[in-house]
Amino acid sequence: MILDGKVPSGPLAEKWDLHKFNMKLVSPANRRKYDVIVVGTGLAGASAAASLGEMGYNVKAFTILDSPRRSHSIAAQGGINAAKNYKNDGDSVYRLFYDTIKGGDYRAREANVYRLAQVSVNIIDQCVAQGVPFAREYGGMLENRSFGGAQVSRTFYARGATGQQLLLGAYSVLMRQVQKKSVELHTRTELLDIVVIEGRARGIIARDLLTGELSRHTADAVLLCTGGYANLYYLSTNAGNSNVTAAWRATKRGAFFGNPCYVQIHPTCIPMSGEHQAKLTLMSESLRNDGRVWVPKETGDPRRADKIPEEDRDYYLERRYPTFGNLVPRDVASRNAKMVCDEGRGVGPSKLAVYLDFTDSMNRLGVDVIKDRYGNLFDMYERITGEDPYTVPMRIYPAPHYAMGGLWVDYNLMTTIPGLFCLGEANFSDHGANRLGASALMQGLADGYFVAPYTTANYLASTPKKPITTSHPAFDEAEKEVVERMTRLLAVKGSKTVTEFHRQLGKLMWDKVGISRNESDLGQALIEIKALREEFWKDVKIVGKAEDLNRDLEHAMRVADYLEFAEMLATDAKNRRESCGSHLRDENVTEDGEALRNDQDFAYVAAWEFKGVGVEPVMHKEPLTFENVEMKQRNYK
Amino acid sequence: MKKVQLRIWRQRSQNDAGKFSEHNVDYEDDMSLLEVLDILAESLIKKGEEPFVYDFDCREGICGSCGLVINGVPHGPLKGTTTCQLHMRHFNGIASITLEPWRAAAFPLIRDLVVDRSAYDKIMSAGGYISVDTGGTPDANCLPISKTHADKAFDYAACIGCGACVAACKNSAAHLFVGAKLAQYAVLPQGQPERLRRVIAMTEKMDELGFGTCSNEGECEAVCPKEIKTEVIAMMNRDYIKAMLFGA
Repeated sequence: MILDGKVPSGPLAEKWDLHKFNMKLVSPANRRKYDVIVVGTGLAGASAAASLGEMGYNVKAFTILDSPRRSHSIAAQGGINAAKNYKNDGDSVYRLFYDTIKGGDYRAREANVYRLAQVSVNIIDQCVAQGVPFAREYGGMLENRSFGGAQVSRTFYARGATGQQLLLGAYSVLMRQVQKKSVELHTRTELLDIVVIEGRARGIIARDLLTGELSRHTADAVLLCTGGYANLYYLSTNAGNSNVTAAWRATKRGAFFGNPCYVQIHPTCIPMSGEHQAKLTLMSESLRNDGRVWVPKETGDPRRADKIPEEDRDYYLERRYPTFGNLVPRDVASRNAKMVCDEGRGVGPSKLAVYLDFTDSMNRLGVDVIKDRYGNLFDMYERITGEDPYTVPMRIYPAPHYAMGGLWVDYNLMTTIPGLFCLGEANFSDHGANRLGASALMQGLADGYFVAPYTTANYLASTPKKPITTSHPAFDEAEKEVVERMTRLLAVKGSKTVTEFHRQLGKLMWDKVGISRNESDLGQALIEIKALREEFWKDVKIVGKAEDLNRDLEHAMRVADYLEFAEMLATDAKNRRESCGSHLRDENVTEDGEALRNDQDFAYVAAWEFKGVGVEPVMHKEPLTFENVEMKQRNYK
Repeated sequence: MKKVQLRIWRQRSQNDAGKFSEHNVDYEDDMSLLEVLDILAESLIKKGEEPFVYDFDCREGICGSCGLVINGVPHGPLKGTTTCQLHMRHFNGIASITLEPWRAAAFPLIRDLVVDRSAYDKIMSAGGYISVDTGGTPDANCLPISKTHADKAFDYAACIGCGACVAACKNSAAHLFVGAKLAQYAVLPQGQPERLRRVIAMTEKMDELGFGTCSNEGECEAVCPKEIKTEVIAMMNRDYIKAMLFGA
């Protein structure tokens, strides 16, 4: 089946305005007759729930955490892009659009990305009006900084905690609607299934994480804003509770999953220190502005960093990419770090790390300047590793960070299940095969504040209103399946913990479906995932019961979903026999080892349809046509 | 491997009696405290026992989920650090670590080390915002804000809502939390129109929810992982008096 992205006609720059005019509206008096469920309260979810509440819809918002303010958007450090051109350095909506398309290695939908760039300017206005304390210049105007993949300064930021400040802004307007009773907030509540009636999303089954009690909720539309799936790799920069469950439940109910193999591996994370480790901590990309990346020239060099003289060091990024040097995009930096470590030149106790050395910048600029720029990051590094980066070079290594892939959505952000929308990182839409820095926050808020409120209204207004109740047989069936699944899990009573399985799955995915991939590894991964899943259902050990607070069971259900989803991800990676963005196939590289795209055969979105556990999913293509930009091979030499 | 005794508060629910359970565990210096708890919890599961529960999410010190009273001090021995950012080397080979939940009437216990902090959300919904709807906002640069004020606003907005200030206070006062949010808006021009209404709404809600009064001990500032200063409480009190005298 060829998928239709429902991109409106008309010139690129006018599509969204024309579409907004053509979409149907729900009159203010009628809005309170519609129920909308928003799952997830990060940037996308909180902004969507607040906006829909303000408009007058009956909104129910759900979060697995104890407060919307804790959603993982909060951890974003660097900033948010917007085409304001406040710096008068040649930025424009078109340039932000172009940079994002190119950064995504020509694997995103042009019209979506253009709209993202258009509404980016409104986001900054909105956030400032909410009291978000962005960095300012002495004259009182907003400050900008530059970020990877762009030649203009368009990144707005709030010190190293931009995600926190934007989320607290969205959270504040959400809480205002909670006070007004236009949004009903359900905290510590997890979606366990989506209820589809007559082909439309009409509700959800949720579990109270404190009591284990299941509840049913009806709706006229359901918005999933549930984030990404990088935790599939066990060790990632994501928060402990981030998971794929909502998106996977939707997939099992018929929503297609777009480009699951596009996972961003962030190059600058603190390396793993041992088996016990629960997560990897990201160090901002901005460090590469002043740090030099190197490893020893000789494999297995036993000397301490300061004992290795200049001539025995290999500044491999500067050597291979003289133009961009240490500032090559994330995918290129990650791939090269892995390459030198595979050669046996890695450093530190695990030998899975490279140095990020500030000695030269400290000599050139002085320690105070470096302290001023990166002091908080250096402190964090010191707290975690016990090493002082002012005297010993930092050790860094890549880690899974962000999922470009996600539920397939059309231009209206609607999945292939009518009435089921997907926003933010959870959808596949705007970043193609690689996301640029400071674009995740932009997309989450664009979807939530400025896109979904219009497109949801259009859907509601063009769909015949059919009242349903929670006693509909489809709710009975969905709840029964949820209960059976929990009962089955608890009945296994095996010998291995959920964490052991999760760790094992993560290692398998990292080794075989990680930074670089090839046909034989991927084939092997598919066999091993299946075997691990079978073992899980025979040998997992879960304590406690379903009708109670049970963290072990929560984790088990999420890992069970990862064990199914992993297979779809690996299948997608195997199918895509080209290298693009974050997805590198060893077979598809240039003579000097650079990624080689194949536009002839792979300029499409792969949207996968679930056909049963262990059954190969069916791929549907959405061809990507580029009418406004020319596809070029990226070159950072 | 080194050894430490962990004394962990176990309590089934708010209405059950609680007690400490003691565990001798091995650790390495580069493990975080939460990772030591992860390992212990997993070993209990292995034995078929229900493990103690504790909240965490980002483990980067920003989400505010984690929060333990560690040897009597909320978030433990390191200044300006959340529980999740504490590593075993920060304990300097201590023999025993006692872990307790936040204890405050306004934060009822859920289980073991987990408490209910939804009172914070209720205070926020009472007035912790600038009343602005999506759309129709002026260009962001229409409103010049001095760098000094923008920086101050950020310092106050850095609060992660963890609740350590309440846990540290002998009166269980939420003044540092509420003051920080009020102060963020009070130094910004956007916050002026509702400034006095906001202070009344948030402080009344705070009192209603059972938080105590402030007696200026400064324990809150001492344990705040974001090092928010008690000056925000002074600002809150000043605005409160103004609102009382002149009306909101």
